[in-house]
Amino acid sequence: MAKTLMKGNEAFAAAAIKGGCRYFFGYPITPQNELPEYMSRELPKAGGCFLQAESEIAAINMVYGAACAGARVMTSSSSPGIALKQEGISFLASAELPCVIINVSRAGPGIGGIQPGQADYYQSTRGGGNGDYQVIVYAPASIQEAVELTANAFETADYYRNPVMILGDGMIGQMMEPVELRAPKKRELPPKIWALTGTRGQRSHNTIKSLALEPDDLEEVNLKLKAKYDVIRKNEVQYEAFHLEDAEIVFVAYGTVSRIVKAVIEELSSLNIKAGLIRPITLWPFPFEVFDTLSSKTKCVMSIEMSLGQMVDDVKIAVKGRVPVEFYGRSGGNIPSPEAIVEKTKEILGGAE
Amino acid sequence: MAVIFKKSKGLTDTEQHYCPGCTHGITHRLVAESLEELDVLDRVIGVSPVGCSILAHKYFAIDMCEAAHGRAPAVATGIKRAQPDGVVFTYQGDGDLASIGTAEIVHAAHRGEKITTIFINNAIYGMTGGQMAPTTLAGQIATTAPNGRDPNHCGFPLRVSEMLATIDGAVYVERVSVDKPANIRKAKKAIKKAFEIQLSGLGFTFVEVLSTCPTNWGMNPADSLDWLRKNMIPYYPLGNLKSPKEDR
Ligand SMILES: Cc1ncc(C[n+]2csc(CCOP(=O)(O)OP(=O)(O)O)c2C)c(N)n1
Ligand code: SF4
Repeated sequence: MAKTLMKGNEAFAAAAIKGGCRYFFGYPITPQNELPEYMSRELPKAGGCFLQAESEIAAINMVYGAACAGARVMTSSSSPGIALKQEGISFLASAELPCVIINVSRAGPGIGGIQPGQADYYQSTRGGGNGDYQVIVYAPASIQEAVELTANAFETADYYRNPVMILGDGMIGQMMEPVELRAPKKRELPPKIWALTGTRGQRSHNTIKSLALEPDDLEEVNLKLKAKYDVIRKNEVQYEAFHLEDAEIVFVAYGTVSRIVKAVIEELSSLNIKAGLIRPITLWPFPFEVFDTLSSKTKCVMSIEMSLGQMVDDVKIAVKGRVPVEFYGRSGGNIPSPEAIVEKTKEILGGAE
Repeated sequence: MAVIFKKSKGLTDTEQHYCPGCTHGITHRLVAESLEELDVLDRVIGVSPVGCSILAHKYFAIDMCEAAHGRAPAVATGIKRAQPDGVVFTYQGDGDLASIGTAEIVHAAHRGEKITTIFINNAIYGMTGGQMAPTTLAGQIATTAPNGRDPNHCGFPLRVSEMLATIDGAVYVERVSVDKPANIRKAKKAIKKAFEIQLSGLGFTFVEVLSTCPTNWGMNPADSLDWLRKNMIPYYPLGNLKSPKEDR
């Protein structure tokens, strides 16, 4: 199929429909509005239903309802709206309901601004809601990657009966790139015999619940969820490793920032500094193992983020104190510039010598 | 021997956890009987709230889920949109519906969502131990209104049915009581009517059920029923507030 030029937000929506999404519930917020607007136009043509909810809280609970009924369902929002959805996401994870949530993230805290940000790493990977739960979090770095991750996300969500989040920073949502929409990679999926469809005289009644008042019962639920999360940690980690062999410095960056860092690596090589990149594609599960393969020549690992330092916590866990972990970030909607990263790198490597 | 009463097929045999004299059980029965009489038990999907009736899914022999506190109408919206030929209802208390969940109930009504809501108004937060609800009467004692509700401090009790009846999408709104057999019969009629109207796809349907909470009112069951009659019915008048045109 030929490539078409698409804006990130519309590409997310088109990919979701390609991935089988037929229900969408959302509430307007910049910088993701083109996504629900596209859905309101295109989803009915695909035989689905778009509904604008009265709030993000209502939207995620409509997602919960449609997921209960066995549908492929999605919502999208941006950072403060995702914060409001967290109670619902915790319920979805607790009740093991599949769904896809897109966060076209912006700078915070509070209402913050509408420029891109990556300060939602914590609320995405640490379970912004209450309890011991995880959502699978993908961070695309291009619109082509965004459409692939989004189309596949519905299969993954159904396979694990778990919410899946796509964390695309505002830049990914707003820019245009050529994309090719492909059908998702199919997984072997059992029928949703647990879904609430009405018994239809075919089976005894189904119940979907979250409450477990006995500590032992609730712990059993938590242990069952943990066993599932362990399988996901084992099977679903995705990352890109770029020029890791004999890199003196290894950057860690995701989404838009990883593209800036690739340009920085070129620039540094012209200055005879060997640099590499680990680009997590899954933020949860985080690609911890790849850090065990770093070369003995690596003197430093540096996390570069559009935040004041969130992913760097996982980088420190992954590096296990073997080399110093540095950080450079901009916030408030600012984007780290290649020059600033080069300067910071020279400063660190100079200092280490 | 002629059978003069039997338990509805819409209810399970599970023993209910409700306190002695609590009217939740009566309303469960009325909902189950209505669904059975309409022959829709095999296509009904219910949503239980956060409140004493969170475990309603153990007592109804139908597909059901729990919803987060106040969000049942949004959950029911998602279900109904995905299963348009299902019969979908929420069963909610007055903390759940009239306090934390006001946005969800107003907008489900506003969209004319083809669902039915059974609203249990017992003028108190039951499950959490007797705190003030938006529906708590002026002067009524609650654990967070130890000297009785002072409307000057925290407002007058909210009349939800009257409020929802102003919304075009709400096509059937009725307030009933389960304090005595005659009223229970009327309550059953209203609940069944609400489901019938849902089946004809006309819009949002709502039945408010004046109910007791002997435990948190600090009264025995008989006194609770008297208290409901003397205090709640005058402030929350019974009757139909809205019906589809052809029914009027
Ligand atoms: C988000 C959230 N806030 C508060 C609670 C605590 N809580 C549980 S039930 C309830 C109110 C129940 O009262 P009501 O809706 O009147 O139902 P009843 O128990 O009287 O039937 C509250 C506040 C909760 N579970 N979740
Ligand atoms: S606390 Fe009140 S509402 Fe709850 S079961 Fe007991 S009597 Fe009923």
